[in-house]
Amino acid sequence: MAEATNSALRQRSLSSRVVTGVLSLLLVGGIIVAIASFAYGRQAARQAYDRLLLGAANDIAESITIVGGEPLTDLPVSAFQLLALAPDDRIAYAVRGPRGQLLTGQDSVRLPRSETSSGPTFYDAPMQDETARFVTVYRRFAERDFSGTVSVTVGQTLAARNVMALGLTRDALIASLVAGLALMVLATLVIRNAMAPLNRIADELLARDPYDLTPMDRNVPAEVSVMIDAMNRFMLRLDRQVTSMRHLISDTAHQLRTPVAAIRAQSELIVEETDEDTRNQMVTRLTRRSRSLGELLDQMLSRALVIHRSDSAPPLPIDLRDIALNVVESRDHELLSPGTEVELRIGPDEVIVMADEISLTEAVKNMFNNALRHGKSPVVLGVTQEGAQAAIWVEDAGNGPPADILDRIGERFERSAASSGRSAGLGLSIVRSVASAFAGELSMGQGDSGFRVTLTLPARSGELE
Amino acid sequence: MIRKALSALLLCASTLTAQAEEAVAVFGDETARPMLFRSTTDIRVLGPTIEEFVRLNPDVRVIYEQWGSNALFAESQKDCEAGTGADAILSSAVHQLVSLVNTACAAPYRSPLTETLPNDRRWRDELWGITREAAVIIYNTALLPEEDVPHSRFELLDLMRQDNPAYEDRIATYDVEASGLGYLFAFSDSIEASTFGALLEGFSRVDAVATCCSNEIIEGVGSGRYLIAYNVLGSYVSTQYRDNVSVVMPEDYTLFLSRAYMIPRDAQNQGAATRLLDFLLSSQGNALLRESGLVMRRDPEETFLPESSERAIPINPMLLVALDQHRRKRFIAQWRSTFGAPQFLSP
Repeated sequence: MAEATNSALRQRSLSSRVVTGVLSLLLVGGIIVAIASFAYGRQAARQAYDRLLLGAANDIAESITIVGGEPLTDLPVSAFQLLALAPDDRIAYAVRGPRGQLLTGQDSVRLPRSETSSGPTFYDAPMQDETARFVTVYRRFAERDFSGTVSVTVGQTLAARNVMALGLTRDALIASLVAGLALMVLATLVIRNAMAPLNRIADELLARDPYDLTPMDRNVPAEVSVMIDAMNRFMLRLDRQVTSMRHLISDTAHQLRTPVAAIRAQSELIVEETDEDTRNQMVTRLTRRSRSLGELLDQMLSRALVIHRSDSAPPLPIDLRDIALNVVESRDHELLSPGTEVELRIGPDEVIVMADEISLTEAVKNMFNNALRHGKSPVVLGVTQEGAQAAIWVEDAGNGPPADILDRIGERFERSAASSGRSAGLGLSIVRSVASAFAGELSMGQGDSGFRVTLTLPARSGELE
Repeated sequence: MIRKALSALLLCASTLTAQAEEAVAVFGDETARPMLFRSTTDIRVLGPTIEEFVRLNPDVRVIYEQWGSNALFAESQKDCEAGTGADAILSSAVHQLVSLVNTACAAPYRSPLTETLPNDRRWRDELWGITREAAVIIYNTALLPEEDVPHSRFELLDLMRQDNPAYEDRIATYDVEASGLGYLFAFSDSIEASTFGALLEGFSRVDAVATCCSNEIIEGVGSGRYLIAYNVLGSYVSTQYRDNVSVVMPEDYTLFLSRAYMIPRDAQNQGAATRLLDFLLSSQGNALLRESGLVMRRDPEETFLPESSERAIPINPMLLVALDQHRRKRFIAQWRSTFGAPQFLSP
């Protein structure tokens, strides 16, 4: 129960992280929108009311006529109707002659600083104690009795502009607020939708039997399927390990039961035996038995080692000639069968495969020992490469085991051998495991001069790294 | 409350030149804080309302100065530059107050009462239209035949075009140069309808008289010096009611004027000024103003005037056009070509 709560907590924290991200994104966006809409509002209000100002100024300029050699303004009401569209703003205007002298209007109204421009000039200037916006337009006269430029300046305070700018900003903000809320709702839905596969996987995992190591459903989004794949691979490995461990335990139990029972029976017989000779004979047999049990244990452990390593140790480039050399130089054959002649047959070129050195050495050692134990002298250990196939093989002068044994050979254990207390038949099983772990193959058959056991592995071209 | 209005009244000769008040009255207790109130309105007309105001506000002493509109305008402009002056101004020459507000000479004020005013009687919360008075035609009932009574400008025009010697020199109106209000009415007429040009032509045909002041015109009609007077402020007629003077509200359109109230930016006693404003706009103040004839009821039964003919002179910056130097020069030139040189005839 506690685990379930824990995982639920972790899920929530993931989605809350996304929600926080989206919210802060919206917040930053909102601030940017607010600043932009205020700037836009000011700009729009300025343009709108500048046009009114210009319209009024042009109206006034149009009304100027030359009467008796003097420009005379017939100030139009329409100009002031235009300006009155900003109802609460004060108005100032001035009509000036060619020398800047006031013709009509307020003398306090200033002309723009730059008088070079002939088009309308907009500028900000104070009107009494307030800032105001002004425009000056020019009208040129070339009459018989008057020639020169008359300037018309119209100004207005900024109250209506500010109201309009604020209104536009407020409207834009309301719109973006609504959009933001809609985005938040959508984001929530999207996040929930995106998180759904995770929840499904969590549910599936929670509902799973702890011994169920079958692969999980891979029908998930690509991002999650990486995780699922990794998990499936992990479970596969775990499954293999558990299986091999189970095999090891059942093999061990099976293999050990008979020899241990025999040893016990023999030792009990020894205790009861009174005859010295018979007793010595029995002790010798017991010793042989226990040595054989020791060998059996060695092989079983090395097989467990090989199986473990082939699953966990990464394959590295290895020269097969080194393996062969190591096996021969360990001089086990002098111990096992002192009379056997041993030959090492390797070429000058290196033969590289991708494998685990310890597992491979163990496998070759088993092949070699089998040949020493069961074959006829001389025993040859060789390494060859044919194209993409590298091979390490052991050949003896004998004919090999009988056909019915050959069929069964290399299985996990061999009852007959086990019960005899000598060869456990495990040796070739180890070789087979190593072969399958490194994409190789175990083959047996007649060689050039006798029975040959070959371990073939894919060769790796190129130098040792 | 001691009434000191008429006792303190200093009546100056109407011929006195500008730059000074025409009359002064003081309302309220001598110890109370003074408030200088300048108005173009006759003290006799507005007196009772002010008297009621000081009765309700014993801490205020109102010094009521009566001014001519042009003189008041000139004085207020000077005050605005100097940073001194009255605490409140009430003028019928609305365009002049609009100009003062436009040059930032006014102080803003908002209250629930000022917000009840329609848009064309309020500008920038600095200028408020208090009264509602019609510009009317008055005639002498004894001397003018019933069938000749003009009910519209068109009838007045027809009358003047008859070339009837009876009307020669017997029709009067305000002189636009002497009276700010007269100028405002004439200017509004010139904007309102094309009849204005024809009217000027008619006036010139009958040698109409352009003269200065409301009192003079009304008394002239009452005495029979004039038969008809055009564009007279109706409120003055009703207060100076005479048996033989009758009023016509022109049916083509009748101009309505709202006297404008302004609180100067540099008013010393702004509190009293805003209280007076709220009092004038309150139902009590309004009732008093109505009694004085300064607020006309919108009652078709009484005025015989359809609402569509009412033309209020709006309090807004468009009135600035009226004050434009060139525009005024042209307007007065046109006026002078009809009426000749200024003439201020004494009754």
